[in-house]
Amino acid sequence: MSERQLTMAMAINEAIGNEMRRNKELILLGQDIGPYGGTFGVYRGLYDEFGEDRVKDGPLCEAATTGFGVGLALAGMPTIVEIEFIDFMTLASDALCNQAAKMRYFFGGQVQIPLVVRTPIVNRLGLGAQHSQSLEAWLMHVPGLRVMVPSNATDAKGLMLSAIRDGNPCVFIEHVRLYGQKAPVPEADVPIELGKLRVAREGKDISLITYSGMVKPCLDAAEALAAEGVDCEVLDLRTLAPLDREGIWSSVRKTGRAVIAHEAVKTAGVGAEIGQTIMEGAFDYLQAPVVRVASRDLPIPTGTLQNLVFPDTADVVQAVKEVMQ
Amino acid sequence: MSLTIDTHTLEGWHSTMCLIRAFEEEAIDSFRKGRFTGSTHPCIGQEAIAVGAAAALQPTDQVFATYRGHGHAIAKGADPKRLMAELLCKVTGCSGGRGGSMHLCDIERDFWGTNAIVAAHIPIAGGMAMANKLRKNNKVTVVYFGDGASCEGAFFETLNMAALWKVPLVLVCENNGYAISVPTHKAIPNADVVQRAQGFALAGVCVDGNDPVAVNQGVAEAVHRARQGDGPTLVECKTTRWERHSAISAGKYDDEEEAMKWKTVDPIPRFETVLREQGISQETLDQHRDEAKRVIADAIAFAESSAAPSPESVADFVFA
Ligand SMILES: Cc1ncc(C[n+]2csc(CCOP(=O)(O)OP(=O)(O)O)c2C)c(N)n1
Repeated sequence: MSERQLTMAMAINEAIGNEMRRNKELILLGQDIGPYGGTFGVYRGLYDEFGEDRVKDGPLCEAATTGFGVGLALAGMPTIVEIEFIDFMTLASDALCNQAAKMRYFFGGQVQIPLVVRTPIVNRLGLGAQHSQSLEAWLMHVPGLRVMVPSNATDAKGLMLSAIRDGNPCVFIEHVRLYGQKAPVPEADVPIELGKLRVAREGKDISLITYSGMVKPCLDAAEALAAEGVDCEVLDLRTLAPLDREGIWSSVRKTGRAVIAHEAVKTAGVGAEIGQTIMEGAFDYLQAPVVRVASRDLPIPTGTLQNLVFPDTADVVQAVKEVMQ
Repeated sequence: MSLTIDTHTLEGWHSTMCLIRAFEEEAIDSFRKGRFTGSTHPCIGQEAIAVGAAAALQPTDQVFATYRGHGHAIAKGADPKRLMAELLCKVTGCSGGRGGSMHLCDIERDFWGTNAIVAAHIPIAGGMAMANKLRKNNKVTVVYFGDGASCEGAFFETLNMAALWKVPLVLVCENNGYAISVPTHKAIPNADVVQRAQGFALAGVCVDGNDPVAVNQGVAEAVHRARQGDGPTLVECKTTRWERHSAISAGKYDDEEEAMKWKTVDPIPRFETVLREQGISQETLDQHRDEAKRVIADAIAFAESSAAPSPESVADFVFA
């Protein structure tokens, strides 16, 4: 029996649509999410089905939109806020980081914030310094926030269901390059447990630890390296917060080597956290220093220069060879 | 209609409007041909604002604009060759070929750049206007932005601070009816953006943004007020957006008629009617269009024949 294939955009759309049918109080807030269907089409059809009270298209004001999301969630109405590019999270960040992330804590557990902020990484398209960033480490750094970074349609549906039902503020980070990629997606609503990485490829020589837009380049690198006799294990983290430390340790304890790859800039990136996590739980098993593959520490340029900034499959292959020596 | 502005000046405005139009048509064409990636946001249909407003400024007055600001750069005197080279991300570009279509600048001519975070440049312009005031240099700062931007906190906060401190700032809202897909009436409860000025105790005026003369008058008064030390003004210019948000496709309209509405109110043919009534010949107007096309042909040739920035330069300009 052939499995049903959906694009990541359709998988997220299905998860949200199904939850909206199940929970009549779930509402969507954002810009261009009405008849237009969202900047990247993720909300296609939802406005027609649920109407403008639940699919609330509106003014361009990320700070207040996110703040309204926090307020709706506080009132018990689960809310999904869309921030059109992750670069604009800077505008949403006070409502998210100073309010949503901390409120349950500073009110002694008496309130709950069922909020999901959806936002895509949009890079390598030549849109320049303010439309090409990967800011996930900023968000992962805030206690009280959950951060999802799916790399495929299958995980995107399951993680979106979990995010909506989680009852805590979640930042759901999508990726423009992945929206059109198809993968088998179950029709049933099967949430994926948060904080559980996925072994995207099993291997015994080295662990490639990655997420979101770098999963595919890492799998390609693993394929290329297999031809040279290096057997890579590829870990797709799926969520950065909670981070599956046990999953990382068990892989690295097995392989004794690790390369961490992400599209965000290197300094103080997710790779730094994972590298140190390895030190804390798998140091005794390491046969070589851990290496990071990341973007250069620069604002993102347009044109041909951008190719010099982002990491690709060749960089992963090179890093693995370095570690294997 | 009788105009107090001399025909020579009006001819100059027409030339610049044609130049902006030709630049934007070439930008769209070049983007579609793959000469550059990313996107580009044409100001086609909004040329009267760029030209009418710029004509109210001194060369040393400062301008801040958005990604839809190619016309503002040209109207401030930036060289179309260097602007086009920036679109194509060439080393000869006005920003060294790393900013692209959304990050043009000409600092020498006090064009302090185009910005891609909606409304973020509005308070920055406020800060520059404040510097003018503190230095008593008699300069005025103008900031252009859209109706969508007038919903952002940065806009409201700037209205408050600018009015409070009476900084020499002119806020020009180009109300083109849309923020990507959201029509203005679905985003703003006021009938006019300019009504917002009142609540913040600053002067406001609403003008026909497709008439360069009306824009010029409105902005000139605002500039005068600012230079006198009487504080900021919000100038709303009503206009109509080009057929979509950007050359990519964002801002799809279901309604073809709505998408093409700008053509029915196109400021260039409209201004030409006025100019002919002033006795300017059709031949002269045609010459302006031809000359604009020639300048832009040179600009694209220059851009295409320029080199990309060297790989070694990728890390230049991060820090002073
Ligand atoms: C803070 C921020 N939010 C969202 C965007 C995405 N975006 C780019 S342009 C735009 C619409 C802006 O509309 P308006 O201010 O009316 O200007 P126009 O494009 O019509 O000239 C949006 C939503 C952005 N660049 N920055």
